[in-house]
Amino acid sequence: MPPILMVDLMTTSQPLLSVKNLKTYFALDDGVVKAVDGVSFDIHAGRTLGIVGESGCGKSITARTILGIVDRPGRIEGGEIWLTRQAEDGTPYQTDLLTLPLEGSEMRAIRGKEIALVFQEPMASFSHYYTVGNQIMESILLHTALGEEGARQRAIDLLGMVGVPKPERRIDDYPFQLSGGLRQRVMIAMALACDPHVLIADEPTTALDVTTQAQVLNLLQTIQKERALSVILITHDMGVIAEMADDVVVMYLGRAVERGPVDAIFYDPKHPYTKALLRSIPSITAKPRTKLATLEGSIPHPFARPKGCPFHPRCAEAIKGVCDRYEPVPIAQGEGRDVSCFLYGGQP
Amino acid sequence: MTILDVKNLKKYFPIHKGLLRKLVGHVKAVDDVSFSVARGETLALVGESGCGKTTASRCIMRALQPSSGEINITIDGKTTDLAPLQKAELKPFRRHMQMVFQDPFSSLNPRMMVGDLIAEPLLINGMDNESERRARVRELLDLVSLPTAYMNRFPHAFSGGQRQRIGIARALALNPSLIVADEPVSALDVSVQAQIINLLLDLQDRLGLSYLFVAHDLSVVKHVSDRVAVMYLGQLVEIAPTEALFVTPRHPYTEALLSAVPKPDPRARQERIILSREVADAANPPSGCAFHPRCSFATDQCKSERPHLQDLGQGHQVRCHHARTLALQGVGPSV
Repeated sequence: MPPILMVDLMTTSQPLLSVKNLKTYFALDDGVVKAVDGVSFDIHAGRTLGIVGESGCGKSITARTILGIVDRPGRIEGGEIWLTRQAEDGTPYQTDLLTLPLEGSEMRAIRGKEIALVFQEPMASFSHYYTVGNQIMESILLHTALGEEGARQRAIDLLGMVGVPKPERRIDDYPFQLSGGLRQRVMIAMALACDPHVLIADEPTTALDVTTQAQVLNLLQTIQKERALSVILITHDMGVIAEMADDVVVMYLGRAVERGPVDAIFYDPKHPYTKALLRSIPSITAKPRTKLATLEGSIPHPFARPKGCPFHPRCAEAIKGVCDRYEPVPIAQGEGRDVSCFLYGGQP
Repeated sequence: MTILDVKNLKKYFPIHKGLLRKLVGHVKAVDDVSFSVARGETLALVGESGCGKTTASRCIMRALQPSSGEINITIDGKTTDLAPLQKAELKPFRRHMQMVFQDPFSSLNPRMMVGDLIAEPLLINGMDNESERRARVRELLDLVSLPTAYMNRFPHAFSGGQRQRIGIARALALNPSLIVADEPVSALDVSVQAQIINLLLDLQDRLGLSYLFVAHDLSVVKHVSDRVAVMYLGQLVEIAPTEALFVTPRHPYTEALLSAVPKPDPRARQERIILSREVADAANPPSGCAFHPRCSFATDQCKSERPHLQDLGQGHQVRCHHARTLALQGVGPSV
């Protein structure tokens, strides 16, 4: 199983995936929920982009939008998703995924083959009625020229690679026969089945215990190194971000409020939300029985999204008459960094 | 002064198989656990899923009948063992020990208004006067920093953090001495989690409460607890004052747990200790030390001989044959 290293794609400075001004809205009876509202970011080959935020910030919908699998009544309202691909003769070219029909053959060929997804809760995303081998083989049979036997062998190899013990026996197990950690490994094997260039991992370790989480994170790091995979890691856990990501997008209520290299986000956060979020994380090196810095209030209901900057009602530094009226736009803060906040300039 | 003293607590669940439901074994969910909680103290019970921490807390609340052992609770200087008591005999003790649940979305009845939810325990325990009840509900809402106007609303109108405050107000209604909190902040977002942690610390200082804090998140545990007990496969493997457990763990499992916690600092990326294999089956635990198949320090003694909880002094107890000789890595002193 030779890993398909796309040398051309690796050496170009062109991002492998470039998301621009993405918007996904849900039209519900009570109003429109702007789940993703103007999010932009780039992912380069072999790097990990962490998308972090609390519940309702739109991080999972962003992932689903990239793959064009937003459930109804969700609608992709606008934006561009440029994927760098390789023609048969090896020359790279770009496609805007949003211009492709969602159910068309080209989009189907990209899903699972070029961009793969690892879901949060493997038990909810596997079928109970097929063996894990069957489910892994399904995408191999769909996307490659391999026959039944070749696909089965490849599935066994994949299971072995992600550290499933006795893969030749486990392949005939049903998902419910596996532990949570093993299920997540199988899920990763399934995502890697067709050598994707981009792997989107949506809270891949949230349902797992810490020691199992450490195993799975290690596995993701190893696989990424071996295959020069680009990973979009979606999580609410700043600890996971700090350990895994190269670049970070911080989201709040559908907006990317801050974007930058991981070190800058943790050591020089700009947006008041990022700062507050970092201060409120319990620390394992804190003195016992110390209080935490808190962020006032709670995340607004998606229908009651505040006017202006969505963070202004909880922001200690909000500027009256500006933040509650106008929507901030991303302002560049040096190489690969921007922040959407009027404290850093920008015309109201 | 000790308020809760648990001795040799065991809870075995029978496994039946076949047409005749023949008894084929037991899941030893809690296997000989002993600890105590002092007045005003927080003891954290930590471990991974399936380690028996929730089963232990449910036995203490007598939501489950323990298989054997003692659950001694001291109220007004009088100590009673709850383990052998029947349902009716338990009733007078219930008001002194209350529970805060993990999921504030499923633990509040959606058909009851907040005021009624908080007043329910008062009504059950004989506070018949309605205006007295409402006054107490107001007092409780104030205690958990919720506006008293919220009394006439239903739970669906509230966010996760507000619901958890309602759950806490309900638990405090009868002035309990002991609160058993089972993962009280793990369903909450980080920014809200911090508020609830602070509230729990505050209430403890103001009301002199004792907490048995069941949790899996070691960073949260570091913030709230005075002492920590680590469980693995139904047994206590280590118990120590918080600072000692985090800085100088003495059990290899505790060391691995601490190492596995992702640290929110990109400059502190380091090799994690990766435990091999998975937690063993509690119905069929390994011979000797339950942790030995995953332990990198395991010797032949660990395979055959079951370790006992040994006292290392200064309140530090550990269940490991080699505790005195191993040099284990903690998380560095508190800052």
